Parts: sequence; C-alpha cells; structure tokens
Amino acid sequence: VTALTAAVLLAGALAYTSFSASSEAREPSQLVDAEAGRTYQLTGVVAPGYRRIGDVLRFRVHDRGGGRSVTVRYRGSVPDPFRAGREVIVTVRRDGAAFVGEADSLITRCPSKFDAAEPA
Amino acid sequence: MIVLGRSALLLALVLAPAGVAAAFVGVRRADARWSAVGRRVLYSLFGVLSVAMIVLEAAFLRSDFSLGVVATHSSTTTPAFYRATAMWSSQEGSLLLWVWLLAGWASLAVRSGHRRVPEIAACATCVLLAFALFFVALLVLLANPFAQLAVPPAEGTGLQPLLRYPAMMIHPPALYSGYTLWTIPFAFGIGALVSGRLDAAWIGATRRFALAAWLALGFGVLLGARWSWSELGWGGYWAWDPVENAALLPWLTGTAFLHSVMIQERRGLLRTWNVGLVLATGILAVLGTFLVRSGVLESIHAFGASTLGVPFLAFIALLVAGSTGLVLHRRALLAADGRIDSVLSREAVFLVGNLLLVGLAFVIFWGTFFPLISEVATGRRASVGPPWFERYTVPLAIATVGLAGLGPLMPWLRASPARLARAGAVPAAIALATAGALLAVPPVRSHPAALATIAVGAFAVAAVVLELLRAARVRARASGRAMPHALAGVVGRNRRRYGGYLVHVGFAVLLVGVAASSSLQHVRDVRLRPGDTAAVGGYDVRYVRATGHATREKLSLGAVLEVSRGGRHVATLTPTRGFYAVEDPRLGPVDRYFSGEATSEVGLESGLGRDFWTAVEPDVQALRPMIAGIDRRFPLASGASQRFLLDAVAERYRRFPPPAAFRLIVSPLVAWVWMGGLVMLAGALLALWPAPHPVLRRARLAVPRALRAAGRA
Repeated sequence: VTALTAAVLLAGALAYTSFSASSEAREPSQLVDAEAGRTYQLTGVVAPGYRRIGDVLRFRVHDRGGGRSVTVRYRGSVPDPFRAGREVIVTVRRDGAAFVGEADSLITRCPSKFDAAEPA
Repeated sequence: MIVLGRSALLLALVLAPAGVAAAFVGVRRADARWSAVGRRVLYSLFGVLSVAMIVLEAAFLRSDFSLGVVATHSSTTTPAFYRATAMWSSQEGSLLLWVWLLAGWASLAVRSGHRRVPEIAACATCVLLAFALFFVALLVLLANPFAQLAVPPAEGTGLQPLLRYPAMMIHPPALYSGYTLWTIPFAFGIGALVSGRLDAAWIGATRRFALAAWLALGFGVLLGARWSWSELGWGGYWAWDPVENAALLPWLTGTAFLHSVMIQERRGLLRTWNVGLVLATGILAVLGTFLVRSGVLESIHAFGASTLGVPFLAFIALLVAGSTGLVLHRRALLAADGRIDSVLSREAVFLVGNLLLVGLAFVIFWGTFFPLISEVATGRRASVGPPWFERYTVPLAIATVGLAGLGPLMPWLRASPARLARAGAVPAAIALATAGALLAVPPVRSHPAALATIAVGAFAVAAVVLELLRAARVRARASGRAMPHALAGVVGRNRRRYGGYLVHVGFAVLLVGVAASSSLQHVRDVRLRPGDTAAVGGYDVRYVRATGHATREKLSLGAVLEVSRGGRHVATLTPTRGFYAVEDPRLGPVDRYFSGEATSEVGLESGLGRDFWTAVEPDVQALRPMIAGIDRRFPLASGASQRFLLDAVAERYRRFPPPAAFRLIVSPLVAWVWMGGLVMLAGALLALWPAPHPVLRRARLAVPRALRAAGRA
C-alpha cells in the first residue's frame, strides 16, 4: 500500500510539473502570436548568412518546409554541427520583432548519422 | 565480394523464419529434435551474418564506393582506423552490427541454456530467432547495406568528424551488446512463462548474460559520457538527451532486476515483479534501438527522416501486448509462496531499492517521451528540460546511494535493531563528519543536494569497506593468515557478493563526482585577443598565441592557452577547431573546408580534484576576404597545390589572429565520474568471473592426492 501510494504521488507530481514546466516546441510560422515573457522551444532550419557580432550570433530560422522565418540572437558558443541548412532546437523568448535564445539551450541535429537521405 | 554479402543476407532471411518455425514446432510438440534444429539454425544464422559483416567491413576498408553506405559514410581521406568503424555510423551498418551481436550472444546463451533448462531454452530460441528475423527483414527490405550505386563516385563524403574519436571503436558495439544481451533474459523469461516453469531456474540460466548485459550497457553509457566531455565542444557529459536517456532506461530496470532476482533465488518471492522487470528491460532495450533511428523525438543524436519508424513501433507494440498477455495468463503460477518477514532485512532494502530504481526509470521515461505525451494530451508538442529531470532524479539518486550502503549491512530474513545500529554507527559517523566538514566550505554550503549526495556517498563507501574488512578479519582469525591474504580469500570465495559491493562503492564515487561537477563548476564564455587574460573559478587563463595547421583531412585553427593560479603555472592547453572539407565541386578549393563540418578539439587538463576544460571558436569571418581571393585565383587547385593554399590560410591565421571566442570550464571531481564508473565495471567483472566449480575444485585437490598415492604404491 505504501509503495502504491508513493507511486501514485510520484506519477501525479510528474504529470503536474511536466505540464507546467514544459515549453512548447514551435516552428517559426507558429511563433507569429508569441507572447513576450514566455519561453518557447523553437525548432526549424538555419538559413544561410548567419553572422557573429562580438559574442552574439544572429541567425534566421525558417520552417522545415521553408516559408516563414524568425531572427534569433544567441549569446555564447554554439554546438559543433551548427551551420546553414541544419535543424536546430533553441529555447527562445520574444524581444520586439526578434527572439533571444537562452544561453546553452541551442541543440543542433547532427545530420550524417542514420539519415535516410542527406540533402546535398 | 558484394554478391557474397548480399547472398549472405538473403540466406539469413531464409534461415531466420525457418528457424522460428522449427523452434516453434519444437515448443508446440515438446519435441527435442525440432528444438535442436531451431538451435542449429540460430548458430548458422550467426555464421551467415558474420560473413555479411566481414564483407561490409572489407568494403569500408577498401573504400568501395560502389556501395551507397560506404560512399556516404567514408572516404579515402578518412584514416584507416575510422574507416573500420565508419560501418556503424550508418543506419544499415549499425543494424547489421545489432543483429550480428544478437545472433552471437543468443547462440552462446542457447548453447549453455539448453542443457540446464531445455523447455525454457527451446522457447527462448524461438523468441531470439524472431528478434533476429525482424532485424534481418529490416536489413534486407528497408535498409540494405549492400545496395549499390549506379554510378560510384570517385570520392566518398567521409565519416562525420564528430564521430572521429577513439571510443567510436567500442562505444557503439558496447551499447549494442548491452541492448542485445538484455534480449536473452527477456527471451528466457518468456520461455519460463510459456513453459510454466516459473521457479528460479530461468534466472540461474541467464544470470551471467543479465550481468554481462548490465556491464556492456553501463560501459557503453560511460564511454558516451566521456566522449561528450572530451570531444563535443559544449562542456558537459550528460544532457538528458533522448538517446542518452534511452540507454539509461534498460540499465536502471536491469539494475533493479539483478537485485530482485536474488530475493526470488533465496526466498521464492517477487516472481511477477521479476518477470515484469525483465520483460520491461528487454522492451526498453528495443525501444532504445528504435529511438536512435526513428526521428520521433528531437535529439542531438542524428535522426534524419527514416522509414523504420512504423515497423519498429509495430514490433514494440507486439512485444508489450504479448508480454502483458503472458504474465496475465500465468498469474496463478506467479503467486508468491511467502512474504517478506521484516522491514529490517536485506530483502526489504532490495525491494525499496527496486522501487527507487524503477521510479527513476519512470521519471526519465516520462520526461523523455513527454513531447509525445503532451501532443496526445493537449495537441501540442512540449518538452521538459534538465531542471525538470534533476528535480526528481537527484533525490531518488541520493536515496539509492544510501541504500547501496545500507544493503550490505542488512542480513537476510531479519536484522536485530541493536546489531544494525552497531554496524551502521561508524559509517553514519563518517557521513556526518563529511557533511560537517563540507559545511565549512562556502560554495558547497549553498548546494544542499550536492552536500547530501557527498555525505550519503561517504556513508555507502564506509559501510561497504567496513563490512569487507569485518569479513576479512573473521577469516584471518579463523585461518590464522595475514589480513591481505584473508581479504583476497573472502572476495575470491564469494565473487558475486563482493563484486556487487565493489559496484556499490563505484556507484557512490560516481555520484559524488556527478554532484560536485554539476553543482560546483565554473563556466565562462569570453572573447579574447592574443595577450588577453580571463579569470574563471580562481584560475587565470591567458591567450598566448594562435595556432594554424593544415592536413589533407582538415584545417585546424586554435590557440595556446596558459592556465595559472596565483601566478603559478598550472597547465598549457591547446584547444583547436578542425574544419573538414565538403566534397562539393561548386565550392572553391579552400572555401570547401569552411563550408563542411567543423568540430572542436577540446583542450583538457584532467586531475583528481578538478578538470580544466577549454574550447575555442575561431572567428572565420576575418579570413573570408582572403579565402574568396584565393579561390578566385586558383579555382582548380587540388592535391599539393590545394594543400599549399591551406597552409597559407593557416599561416595567415597564426600571424594575424582575429579575436576568438572561448568557453572555459573549471569542473571539480569530474575524474571521479570515470573512476567510479571503472570501479563499477571492475565489480561487475569480478561478479561475472567464473568461480571455481565446487566439483572441479574437489577434483583438482583429489587428483594430485591420487597421483601421490599411486606413486607410493
């Protein structure tokens, strides 16, 4: 009975905290109505022509299928596989027209492993 | 050659279903002859798959670009060592490795199991062959490694540079061995359920395989963490990435299984729990394999679009439904014969430990699959980050370490509180003293979780070491031998127990390392020019000069950093970033190095007390005008002339370096993570090492005696 109660409590806590602490994964086109002050998990493809100014990296991310894109300002070092054409996931917050990435939240998918077909 | 590999795979696709059918008939009619056929088919399957492995490996070593997998995962510029390992960087090659390992381990298990538990082994053969059939079918129909290109390219794309790390040779085979070895207790568990022989016999027959699976999977995870720390340029060893989590899940439930089966072997209790755990572990192992290939979850480990998702999901659904059905069907036979007598007993501690481990696994499962759960529940994909994982895993892990110390102090059946208090007093005092000493250290004081982990870790280590010394003292007194001799004797006689204790010590050390390195590390991202100095965690780091070096494979740009503390030299580190060429004729001979992959070579100074970790990101923008100029003038440079141009770029970077971005980390006790891990592995090896068989030992003593007697006669 004790074990069962503990299990139920744990499951309840997991469910509650995970729903309240999670951030939503969205593609750029789903960020049109993004509220300032909330964090989002932005996923999409890095557009060519990203620039580093000082220690801030400015890059644009567009939907996987192309289309809308948003600008992200990211401070700090980026993962090794980061480059144009790669899929990234980054936790962002709205700042005016652009988005600011949270430090250390940028993840790049590394493309060559287990890819069905790598776009040339 | 390629024809040979392709025929071997086709033959495997014929053998596997034939074997399943033969083994099935053997189980159905309880006919040992059919079961023997099934067994032999399994051995032949291993032989046939070995041929396919050799052919594919040879194709990689020869750089045979007529094969699609070789052309897209290797190149002539890839060093031979990495050409040999490039095979498992591909979907096709890694699947072949998986099923080859499965067939190999399964053959071993069935060979040793069919004498001990014939009915169970017969059914296990059928299950293992069915696993092999699934993977062989995937290989032949959806991911054939021997698919040939109509027009073979002159040069391959090369192995992904991030994978060029010595552990590449062992990390994937170790992980896959772990995954495939877990299917063996799974298959024997199914065999026990089907045959209705639910005593501890199936557990005894697969104990070594379960332990080996635990060892291999743990080793694979540890190597992956080490790889991340020393090669990937982000400065950590664990990121709660779905693929890392997926490997940890069966390891956790497997750890629970290795403990709870002892209760069944000794007391006949927890049958349902054990069968449930082994089935869950086997399924989680397949799930782990699936996650890397499906693209269902976002992860740093590359999942591209893949066609394997649906068959894998169907296979996992079948495993879950079949397992649940079998357990329900046998619920009457699974009922326990007795109950746990006292909360103060080893079985009670094991049970609580089991609940904690399964709780940990459940938390990690929930967090890993939360994107899917939330999509089902709310229609939106959302994910949870490391703080969420840590909120639950940290307290559960601290409690688990505490039990790792408490377990060895507890006798089976029941303990007297007085005796327990006596045995636990010194370890508890050591833990309290550790906590007290740490409270005096200001940075630790503000991290209660780290403090608690270290104190509880001290308790666990002290408890196990004192218990070992106590046993050795008893033996020394009884045998009249010296302590070291007595200690070796105690451990040698009961390898399983003391191997387990050693694992507990390693686990405590590992978690102390994790607690200290994650809570107390200093990270700084800075931009420096040569001559500049930055301070991090009490150290001064001076950017002395830039480095630049070109080879045919890559262009390396980096820095020489002088690390000092209070004016005293500590280390000279040389982090670099390697730029690998992309084979794209539209790009200029130099530009193609800056448009391909780039990876960090970390500058690392490891020590028992702390690691100093540095990575550099050179500002390539400043070189762009020069690169464009060179490419305009020498668009067709190749071979030696291309190398000459690269040398010029490297020289330019060395002489006129632009400011570079650095990540500097001082992380305490990281080495303890690796040391603890190695101690755990050593403990598992000790437990696995075959103990001298009692009959054999008697024979060894008897034979010389008989010979002496014969000599006298």
